[in-house]
Amino acid sequence: MSSRRDRADELRHLMETEGEAVGQNTRTVNQLTNYALQRFDDYEELRTAARGIKERAIADLPDLIDRVDEAVEANGGQVHVAQSAADANRIAERIMADQDAEKLVKSKSMTTEEIDVNDHLESAGYEVVETDLGEFVVQLADESPSHLIGPAMHKSADEIAALFNSELDPDEELSGDPIELTAFARERVGEHIREADVGMTGANFVVAESGTLMLVTNEGNARKTAVTPDTHIAVAGVEKLVPSLADLQPFTELIARTGTGQDITSYVSLLTPPVDTPIPDFETDEFRDADERSFHLILLDNGRMTMREDEDLRETLYCIRCGACNNSCANFQTVGGHGFGGETYTGGIGTGWEAGVHGLDSASDMNDLCTGCSRCEPKCPTKIDIPWINTVVRERLNHQGADGEDDLDFLVEGLTPDEEPTGTDLQKRFFGNIETVAKLGSLAPGLANAVASSRPGNWLLERVAGVDSRRDLPTLADETLREWYGSRGAQVSQPDRDVVLYPDLYTDYFDPDRGKAAVRALEALGCRVHVPPVPESGRAPLSQGMIETAREQAERVHGALVTHIDQGRDVVVVEPSDLAMFRSDYEHLLPERSFERVADHSYDVMEYVYGLLENGSEADALQSPEGDEEIAYHSHCQQRTLGLADYTTSVLDELGYDVRTSSVECCGMAGSFGYKREYYEMSVEVGEQLADDLGEVDDGERLIASGTSCQEQLDTLYERQVPHPVELLAPGSGR
Amino acid sequence: MSSETLATFESSLQGVATVHTTDAESFTETLGEAIEEPAVGTALPHEGVSLADTSVVLDPSPSDIETAATGVTPAGLGIADYGTVTLPSGAAGEELVSLYAPRHVAVVAASDVVMDMPAAYERMGEEFAAGTDTQVLATGPSATADMGTLVEGVHGPSETHVLILEDR
Repeated sequence: MSSRRDRADELRHLMETEGEAVGQNTRTVNQLTNYALQRFDDYEELRTAARGIKERAIADLPDLIDRVDEAVEANGGQVHVAQSAADANRIAERIMADQDAEKLVKSKSMTTEEIDVNDHLESAGYEVVETDLGEFVVQLADESPSHLIGPAMHKSADEIAALFNSELDPDEELSGDPIELTAFARERVGEHIREADVGMTGANFVVAESGTLMLVTNEGNARKTAVTPDTHIAVAGVEKLVPSLADLQPFTELIARTGTGQDITSYVSLLTPPVDTPIPDFETDEFRDADERSFHLILLDNGRMTMREDEDLRETLYCIRCGACNNSCANFQTVGGHGFGGETYTGGIGTGWEAGVHGLDSASDMNDLCTGCSRCEPKCPTKIDIPWINTVVRERLNHQGADGEDDLDFLVEGLTPDEEPTGTDLQKRFFGNIETVAKLGSLAPGLANAVASSRPGNWLLERVAGVDSRRDLPTLADETLREWYGSRGAQVSQPDRDVVLYPDLYTDYFDPDRGKAAVRALEALGCRVHVPPVPESGRAPLSQGMIETAREQAERVHGALVTHIDQGRDVVVVEPSDLAMFRSDYEHLLPERSFERVADHSYDVMEYVYGLLENGSEADALQSPEGDEEIAYHSHCQQRTLGLADYTTSVLDELGYDVRTSSVECCGMAGSFGYKREYYEMSVEVGEQLADDLGEVDDGERLIASGTSCQEQLDTLYERQVPHPVELLAPGSGR
Repeated sequence: MSSETLATFESSLQGVATVHTTDAESFTETLGEAIEEPAVGTALPHEGVSLADTSVVLDPSPSDIETAATGVTPAGLGIADYGTVTLPSGAAGEELVSLYAPRHVAVVAASDVVMDMPAAYERMGEEFAAGTDTQVLATGPSATADMGTLVEGVHGPSETHVLILEDR
């Protein structure tokens, strides 16, 4: 599987060359957005409003297109609806020819990147100059943007200085001083703007009723580009339309907070072209009348109207291109947009855009890098379920059978009783069917462990399933949680309440100790605990894009739990990624009523303990520290998204522990991701960020984590056992 | 406008703009402190206040605008929560005057300062309907982080001043 090796090499190279600049930029912006959102009380209310506006606008899109056409025409401009990139380019070229134009200046616009208008106009003999400084750098370097809003963020100031020195021949050689570089670039770009015949901008929003564009910038280049030349071309995807001016208010308050961590950008231009500003002619030093201005709005379809009909991809059209999903993504922070690939868009929601406008293949690489950690979700100003879009695209790629010619299919076939077609990547099927693998292994755990850790076993795993041999696979326990429970049974005879402990795959087969601890802790607080046979949640297949298999699992889980729930039993879950299935992902997999029944009655084990203590159970029944005991705690990514991390720290605080927590949100392991040969090094690199954040954990301090993956990753990084928090508080857990 | 709104506005402007509070009578003097010459400007709509008696060049040529050290334009609104001013632009060339010079001075009447963004959009909605349909919400100087660190003063002003007319 040399392709896995090639991919690993490519990602390693990017980590070495661009990783530092990208990492520093994205992490800083991510922290700034965290801070901006924390201080902004109206965030949730405005997100809901923004979401509603986008939903309605996309539903009414054909009507909005008609309305904006009328409005722009009444203003004295023209609307062109372009079906494809080629259409849009032809229209732009025709406008250039009609105006006898030679030079076009352009402000930053991803939509113009999507259609490659620069290449097109240049090959037709026109000069095109980017005016956003980041885009100017990227254009000069003949590269592609590496980020939605920070196109040159992969470059350091020194690299930019070297580029300017070699390409622009400055009077004096430039150092890597950002102020000097900015001043130099401003002068050069300023000259181009004053000389240009046409200014091209994008549009963050287009108001249908008035033909008003909203342009969100910090540099001011879009203002200059729109108003200095006499001809203005705006290129916008059809999804940028909103009905009225008032609809812009929530977006004005959201876009900078999620995008850059500013409360608002320097400029939010609301312009209704052709504008009334007289046309400056810097050569004659006179103004020409504004009546001579012309304005063209090119509305681009290029797959969007089809996305609008697509139940799963439609949400992508609600994206306002703020880039928050890129900045909050641990993998993006590590390799940057160039590692994520894609023709135009990258990272996070980029998958939906690439699949919609360029086709599935173009979304393939970046899609694989989405681990489903879900940390982008709370950052999305229009509440797009970005992990779900990645899952759907993954499924479609699976069904396309990208690796369909593999001759080792037969080896996995027996291990994979899934609903997926032959041709689905073997690695995905191996991890997607991990329950079967674990079940077979547990028939003879000693043998299975020995085979998995043997050289031939290792070779086979790496060859067939792409499991990196540098990772230790988890070891099957001699006795599963269910076997242990079966031999002891429920132990509280007059319980305050009855609960089900969900025997998740990992707890059941690999780490029954944390399950036993959960049972004991709940019993100590007066619960009668049942551990019935319940299938794997579907997390494993879902993470591989095997949606139909995941749906089958969800239905089986629902079937296994529903009687317990109807008997009034709450479902307590140890593994956060499984709880996230119950509470969130099942919404996509089960009928609404079934989803709600499972979701409403499922709890994180520490959340449940917290609730029991709040409702009068005695904390004395739990084990508490003997003296000053320090704890370093890493909460699981999906647990953070569900807003559950605080319960663990509260309970530990109450019991008297001295708890500190990690601020890095993702461990990098992400289920199977860190086992995959092509991503092993990247996963470790993400993990190193967590280790830097947590710092040294000395012998007197305990290191704990909620997620299986986090435990595995921290185990590797710190070379010590990393228990689940519940293992600290269960009586008789043997600390 | 309440005193609370004005106080919020001034506090939000801290760090993004230099604030000058004045009244119609002291306007000329205060403006003198806010500008650096050569300065260009467009007519102000506020009663009893004019740029005519100042050193500010009205009806500037393109080269005046390009070489000016300061541009002076009226603001339609102040938005207290954000320290934002709205800059309506039209045939007088306000957009160019407020954009090209390294220093921008926005003149806003205290009575035009609103508390929050919904209130601002309500007012702008009325103004758009009345024909002032191009406005920029400007907050602080132009800026970029594209060269590796935050640099102020890119294609727009590097320095912004807000002059509040307390009796208007």
